Amino acid sequence: MTSSLKIAALALTAGIFTALPFAASAQTVAKSADPAIVDAYVKATFGKAPAEWQERIVPDETLKTCNAYHNNVPSAEADKIVKRELAKVVYPADGKFLGDWKEGRKVANNGRGGQFSDPPDTVAGGNCYACHQLEKSEVSFGTLGPSLTNYGKDRKYAPDEIKNAYTKIYDSQAVFACSNMPRFGANKVLNEQQIKDLVALLFDPDSPVNK
Amino acid sequence: MRQTTIRSAIAFAILMCASGTAVHAQDASEKEIERYRAMISDPMSNPGFLAVDRGEVLWSQKRGTKDVSLETCDLGQGPGKLEGAFAKLPRYFKDADKVMDTEQRLLWCMTNIQGLDTKDVIARRFSGPGRASDMEDLVAFIANKSSGMKIDIPLAHPKEQEMAAVGEALFYRRGGVNDFSCATCHAEEGKRIRLQGLPDLSKPGKLPQETMGGWPTYRVSQGALRTMQHRLWDCYRQQRWPVPEYASDALTALTVFLQKQAAGGELNVPSIKR
Repeated sequence: MTSSLKIAALALTAGIFTALPFAASAQTVAKSADPAIVDAYVKATFGKAPAEWQERIVPDETLKTCNAYHNNVPSAEADKIVKRELAKVVYPADGKFLGDWKEGRKVANNGRGGQFSDPPDTVAGGNCYACHQLEKSEVSFGTLGPSLTNYGKDRKYAPDEIKNAYTKIYDSQAVFACSNMPRFGANKVLNEQQIKDLVALLFDPDSPVNK
Repeated sequence: MRQTTIRSAIAFAILMCASGTAVHAQDASEKEIERYRAMISDPMSNPGFLAVDRGEVLWSQKRGTKDVSLETCDLGQGPGKLEGAFAKLPRYFKDADKVMDTEQRLLWCMTNIQGLDTKDVIARRFSGPGRASDMEDLVAFIANKSSGMKIDIPLAHPKEQEMAAVGEALFYRRGGVNDFSCATCHAEEGKRIRLQGLPDLSKPGKLPQETMGGWPTYRVSQGALRTMQHRLWDCYRQQRWPVPEYASDALTALTVFLQKQAAGGELNVPSIKR
């Protein structure tokens, strides 16, 4: 009696746990608007922008998935995204991931670029401080992303961690599907040298991030 | 044994005092900010009320080829009825067969009632130094007639429901060179960008209520009265999206979604913000 109750309770719990993700995603899908209608609205509001600008808001396969699931992707979809995005990452031909942390510091602090108010020749920055804490002396940092203080030191400056950081900055979704972080390299916001300089900001023992 | 108990009791007390002090300090500064807000929200000192006064003049001014005022414009509560109209916008309008926000409806009334060419009005959609905006002033005046009332937009019409669903999809739609959507910044509680706090607008309740209940607002940093049209324009700029067309459907859809999240929130407008 007791054991059969226990089994029933277990089955019920398991049922709830397996049913929940389905229920949540089914609800999301059912509630969402017809993509063709959404596109018509987008056209009504952004349709007069230059063609190059409009191309930027056409979601690719990865973003289509992220949008449909409000970024909470099921693991099978997540695996597909990570695989697809990893294929986009171009590693430095010379095999060197570390640039100049002093230059990286400038890139991290630069929030310009990509806005319609920016002059077209604006060199874009990474705007890292908008979301992350880096140097302890910089008090104006956002909290949308995790703190990166002591990033290299905490990882013992390990070569595989250095490569991971390069990958993450180049294409965040090659590491974490539907990450909120921009795909800086894949979307051509930052070039290879800028990414190397950011990796140095994280991993150079002399970088203020590790002080 | 006894000594340990006493020691840990003391340690506990110190801990409580320390955390209590931090909480107290935070409360105190929040109270100060609240006091400051209350002070500048006073109609006698909030410059946003100058826009309300200018809007009142514009509302009754005869203009356009028909040389009539906007006083017969129906904002949803009947021709010329302004009390509570803003709290129920955007909404579906049968004569236009469209869901419209306040700005879209005003432009419709200017065109259809006054016979006014809105080109110049749209060119001055956002005020700047030495350039007044009829739209900002009119919205300030109209919104103020709903101050103290609760946000309560109609969602019964299929087109209103479509707007709410599209608005939600747009809220989560990522794009631009940085893959940003509204949700990138506004889907988690207690986050900030640099030092600026970000309201979580993804769930209905207090945070969207407080946000939507405070627009239009006088932006101290811009020295101008701004409406939701400007807020969304600036959000899309920061999202690295293309320039959104003023008073266009995607902006209205987003506004419907946000008003839906903010249902029941009390309007206190024009407010005053950073």
